Amino acid sequence: MSDAAPILQMTRIHKRFPGVKALSDVRLRLYPGEVHALMGENGAGKSTLIKVLTGVYSVDEGTVELEGVPITVHSPLEAQAAGISTVYQEVNLCTNLTVAENIFIGREPRRLGRILWKEMNRRAEELLKDRLNLNIDVTQPLHMYSVAVQQLIAIARALNISSKVLILDEPTSSLDKNEVDQLFQVVRKLKSEGLAILFVTHFLDQMYEISDRVTILRNGEFAGEYLAKDLSRLELVQKMIGKDLNMLEELPVLSEGKLDTAGEELVKAAGLGRKGAIEPFDLSIRKGEVVGLAGLLGSGRTEIARLLFGADKPDTGKLTLGGGRGTIHSPRDAIQQRIAFCSENRKTEGIIGDLTIRENMILALQAKQGLFKTIPRKRQEEIADQYIRLLNINPPNPEQLIRNLSGGNQQKVLLARWLLTEPDLFILDEPTRGIDIGAKAEIQKLVLSLSHQGMSFVFISSELEEVLRVSDKIAVLRDRHKVKEISDKDMSQHTIMQAIAGS
Amino acid sequence: MFLKHKYVPILVTITLFLAMFAAGSFLYTGFFSLQVLMNLFVDNAFLLITAIGMSFVILSGGIDLSVGSMIALTTMVSASLVQQQGWSPAVVIPLVLLMGAVFGSGMGAMIHYFKIQPFIVTLAGMFLARGFCYVISIDTITIDNAFYTNVAQTKITLPGGSFISISAIIALAVAAAAIFIAHYTRFGRNVYALGGNEHSALLMGLPVARTKILVYTFSGFCSALAGVVFTFYMLSGYGLHAVGFELDTIAAVVIGGTLLTGGVGYVLGTFFGVLIQGVIQTIISFNGTLSSWWTKIVIGLLLFTFILFQRVLSARRSVLKQ
Repeated sequence: MSDAAPILQMTRIHKRFPGVKALSDVRLRLYPGEVHALMGENGAGKSTLIKVLTGVYSVDEGTVELEGVPITVHSPLEAQAAGISTVYQEVNLCTNLTVAENIFIGREPRRLGRILWKEMNRRAEELLKDRLNLNIDVTQPLHMYSVAVQQLIAIARALNISSKVLILDEPTSSLDKNEVDQLFQVVRKLKSEGLAILFVTHFLDQMYEISDRVTILRNGEFAGEYLAKDLSRLELVQKMIGKDLNMLEELPVLSEGKLDTAGEELVKAAGLGRKGAIEPFDLSIRKGEVVGLAGLLGSGRTEIARLLFGADKPDTGKLTLGGGRGTIHSPRDAIQQRIAFCSENRKTEGIIGDLTIRENMILALQAKQGLFKTIPRKRQEEIADQYIRLLNINPPNPEQLIRNLSGGNQQKVLLARWLLTEPDLFILDEPTRGIDIGAKAEIQKLVLSLSHQGMSFVFISSELEEVLRVSDKIAVLRDRHKVKEISDKDMSQHTIMQAIAGS
Repeated sequence: MFLKHKYVPILVTITLFLAMFAAGSFLYTGFFSLQVLMNLFVDNAFLLITAIGMSFVILSGGIDLSVGSMIALTTMVSASLVQQQGWSPAVVIPLVLLMGAVFGSGMGAMIHYFKIQPFIVTLAGMFLARGFCYVISIDTITIDNAFYTNVAQTKITLPGGSFISISAIIALAVAAAAIFIAHYTRFGRNVYALGGNEHSALLMGLPVARTKILVYTFSGFCSALAGVVFTFYMLSGYGLHAVGFELDTIAAVVIGGTLLTGGVGYVLGTFFGVLIQGVIQTIISFNGTLSSWWTKIVIGLLLFTFILFQRVLSARRSVLKQ
């Protein structure tokens, strides 16, 4: 199949945003009748590349050729007219309209301005049956069907006779196993009809199940193009998350002097799971223990954190607190039981930009005390000064608005906010994302020294080295399963990568 | 599922109307006649026309509070031009219809291009139009123009001896046209798509801006047409005509089964929503002892029931989706 000429070829693509090189010297080749996976971690440039391809962004440098002819598209509509159709992760259809209308609205068959419903329904039915193997009542409103079927209908809308390339942007992220199978049947059928399919995903299993060829991006750069059958899982994971060694050496070694005592059990999850989020898992967290969660994006790391904090309700299993303190039903319970959760979305779920450092710090403590017991201003200032010194927050001015701080310092203020409530268990979801290396090291040091004092942590990070450095125990996740638990002596990048890759 | 889920609210509305009409016929002699039914159209022609325009606005996910004031302004402008300036009705009527459409499109453009809530924009439109009435005159202007009085008095006899007015025929024609527009034209379907999910409609390449502005234009046109019909009915122009009428209109649309969140509902539902309001009034006048304020009480209760009913239906819908 690789003998044929590529139907779409992107070469030497560069794209810069103010202050960021989003894509540099990236290439991509799509062959007719092939499923081509595009893989990479968060921020690798997958979305940017697709947006360049579909005309949402313009390219700074580089060429896009469709069937050997250079093209420039300025909008998704133009791209679709040229034969490049896209189905996004979120289903962008109107659920109040019928299935047939969702496929045809805007281009309904008409005579003298009158919509021909029978004709439209017949054509919709044929299209779904012939191209997607889907036999459903097209006169029902779309909301009657599952997300998976809606996704197929989005594909039907995107396809027209002239489609040559179909882009599926993380289509499986909200589907369960059966629904994914149904989608893949359709993808195989479309592939056999000669369509070139670009499949964006972060699920390794799915990539191997459906793809013929894979392109990997890392940090906006091209990290390789392989035939899927020639690429081992381990190699793939290394390409996606392997780090430059010199960057690591700048960080001090922290692992020495780690506590090897196993304190009393603080939290125990037995068979805890939630459909579509994380398969049932067991996890025990002891006093003074740092439990790392390692895995690729979308492997279920945040989902575990949310279950532990009571932010999502489990379908199965039990979460028990040590010392017979019952269980957790809501974030409110969790806070009462001295569990703190620092979300990965610092900007939207964490800081309040127009409040000062001091005000941001005392929020959780004040909430815990109740609204009517105001913390005296003097006490607030003492607290702020103390934590600014402790965490080395810059600028050391408690009255500075938090939105004027760098990402690393904002993160430290958030840590201070939760530390003030004196948690027994502190869940940190990507606490070091997007912050500079110095601040990273300080946060890691803080986690270690607090754990020595008996605080327990759940530490989530995409950076494997970081998880290794701080954790006493690492739970490895793959495709929403907890696949392995690795404790101190066996911990190495290699064992974890192997577990992530599943080889 | 034998009965299509989406038809449930409208079937409830129709059944309710039939039940009320049957109850009236059972309780009062002379109620069960074609004439009583025709009178529902004769007496509520302007409500029907306004409510049809409102249906499109609500289906698109918006609201139009300016319709009552627009009716008053239309009666005022018509009366002033015909009576005081001596213009011909053949000029005045097209002119006021154009005025309504332009006024509506202006509000639609503000709503779309400046991304302001329809509630606020049309609230401003409501005050503005009502205010203009008093610029023309603070008193009632009575119309004795021959065309207006003729239209008002013309009775078209139907087979069987009952009759219907010209206004009622206009209203029925508007209803028929609106049903066609809503279900058999791209504009109509775009209104439903817009009300269902504006973001998706935009990404599906539908003309969101044009549709939204046209919806308010149509509502402005309908309320001006209702104003013309109201002028036939009252034979006067007055700044206090149709005060609070926008709320009756919204009530008729909601009782007709249209969701206030947009995207779900039928013009035919609105048609029966108007008839339900009419039949309540008729029952009260046949009773003779009840105050006409009982109409408001019944409509209030019906609205509560319908909103709860819709809530239950949409809750069931999200369960089905799981």
